[in-house]
Amino acid sequence: MSRTPARLRAVLAYALLLAFTLVFIAPVLFMIVGSLKPDELVLAEAGSLRAFLPESVSPDNYRAVFERVPFGAYLLSSMIVNGLIVGLGLLVNAFAGYALARLRWWGRGAMLGLVLAVLVIPFEAIAIPLFYQLSWLGWRDDWLVQAIPFVANPLAIFLFYSFFLGLPRELEEAARVDGAGVLRTFFLIVLPNAKAAFASVAIVLFLFHWGMYLWPLLMTTSEAVRPLPLGIANFHTLPPLQWGDIMAFGVLMVLPVLILFVVFQRWFVRGVASTGVKG
Amino acid sequence: MHRARFTEAPAAWLLMTPALVGLMLFLLLPFALAVVLSFTNLRMASPLPLEFVGLANYTLAFQETALPRALLNNLLFALVVVPAQTALGLALAVLLDRPLRGRTVFRTLFFLPVVFPLSLIAVVWVLIFAPGPDGLLNATLGVLSFGLWEPRDFLNDPHWALPAVMLTSIWQGVGFQMIVLLAGLQAIPRQLYEAAAVDGAGRWRQFLHVTLPGLRNPLIFVVIVTTILSFRVFDQVRIMTRGGPQDASNTVIHEMVRTAFDQGHVAMGAAMSVVFFVVILGIALAQRRLLRQRGEVS
Repeated sequence: MSRTPARLRAVLAYALLLAFTLVFIAPVLFMIVGSLKPDELVLAEAGSLRAFLPESVSPDNYRAVFERVPFGAYLLSSMIVNGLIVGLGLLVNAFAGYALARLRWWGRGAMLGLVLAVLVIPFEAIAIPLFYQLSWLGWRDDWLVQAIPFVANPLAIFLFYSFFLGLPRELEEAARVDGAGVLRTFFLIVLPNAKAAFASVAIVLFLFHWGMYLWPLLMTTSEAVRPLPLGIANFHTLPPLQWGDIMAFGVLMVLPVLILFVVFQRWFVRGVASTGVKG
Repeated sequence: MHRARFTEAPAAWLLMTPALVGLMLFLLLPFALAVVLSFTNLRMASPLPLEFVGLANYTLAFQETALPRALLNNLLFALVVVPAQTALGLALAVLLDRPLRGRTVFRTLFFLPVVFPLSLIAVVWVLIFAPGPDGLLNATLGVLSFGLWEPRDFLNDPHWALPAVMLTSIWQGVGFQMIVLLAGLQAIPRQLYEAAAVDGAGRWRQFLHVTLPGLRNPLIFVVIVTTILSFRVFDQVRIMTRGGPQDASNTVIHEMVRTAFDQGHVAMGAAMSVVFFVVILGIALAQRRLLRQRGEVS
């Protein structure tokens, strides 16, 4: 067994990490640089180092995005739909998780079984019948239809359930002894102590749904309610093909996520590591 | 005790009901509907009366649509992406599981693509795979091979379309594997490594006998999740290749959407949904078995 000196090992580790960094950063850099240079140069210079070092920088592509497509509407739709999913989802799923973890009631076992059972159903397995079901009701092409079906989420219920199981009972018992009802105890005692769970579930719900593409593709026809992922997919096929504009759209689209990610990085990593799911 | 049970039940149902209604209407009902519709002749805007047609949609789906090819592509996807992504994720996790300056920066960078919407990544990679010597990937391979590389049109080449989608997916997803495995690595007690070192085990044997067994559950977890994701692939395919050329990069979900949504053949699409679900259920059951074996041992 060869014993590589620690120094050499560290150098090797750094070299490998830097090589990986190059692979991970190149496409992102390519997008950012492409968004800043004239459209015809994006592809023409893709084969040279100029792909990463712009000769001149201009905001023209960004202006073009707003002129050619309703970017503001896409962004607004994405924010409203995700706001509804995360906001309502936190409440509805925390309620259910708490009832399953802490309260004694007839039907609890069956409900827990149900939540665990539907956890295996991937969205893609029900997308077509749900599309048909809601179209048949005449419910399509608005913000609500993109959000409401995703509010109740078995994974979020399960995460809250596990969290509440691990919360010490003493606080709640003290409140109950003082005569507070179940709901009062939940809102005044449990919620303030469950910030970590709420943060993790919020991140998971957001990560799941911000990039959602299949469902709005099936359910929306008007630009006014379409979210960003559909926006960029359509923009990329909108003639004339202007790669600079497309890259500018990409940068604008990813900016809100990036800001959230940098600010809440710890929670992103924790949320993904603990639940470990991303669809 | 009995009193508590009585007083808690109404509140419990009140708290459970919103979620229960949601799960019923938007998960269980469409799930049942998928099974029911798959036995009918339902099409969008069809003048024909609704009829039960037995298993016809299933036999036709396997005989006359691209479903078999799509299933094969998903399987190939899983066979390539799962090992490649897991190995790469493990390598990154091991590299970062040490006191290293700039560790957080590296971790952030590798994790970044995970938070990017897939649709955006797909569009950026369309440009990376651009045909001709000027395409980013073609040019890079040209430089790396000292000009020996023949530039090609990756996304329109039957041999390259699926690998191109795979590569994009690996790039996007490896950060997820890394984060989960890194958390797993940090949960392995340091004493185990020290004990192994005292027994004379070198780095490599420590990795084999301490690291890998300690990562068993996180590894099973990421492998299963990635396998399931390999069968759910849709966004990249729809945006990058539309399943082409000649179904070379078609996938089950892509074929399902094309059949049910683009062509309006809802019943056939429902049958494909059921086939897809059976595959996913099989993978989930395999996971349960793997994790249970662990329970028996320890």
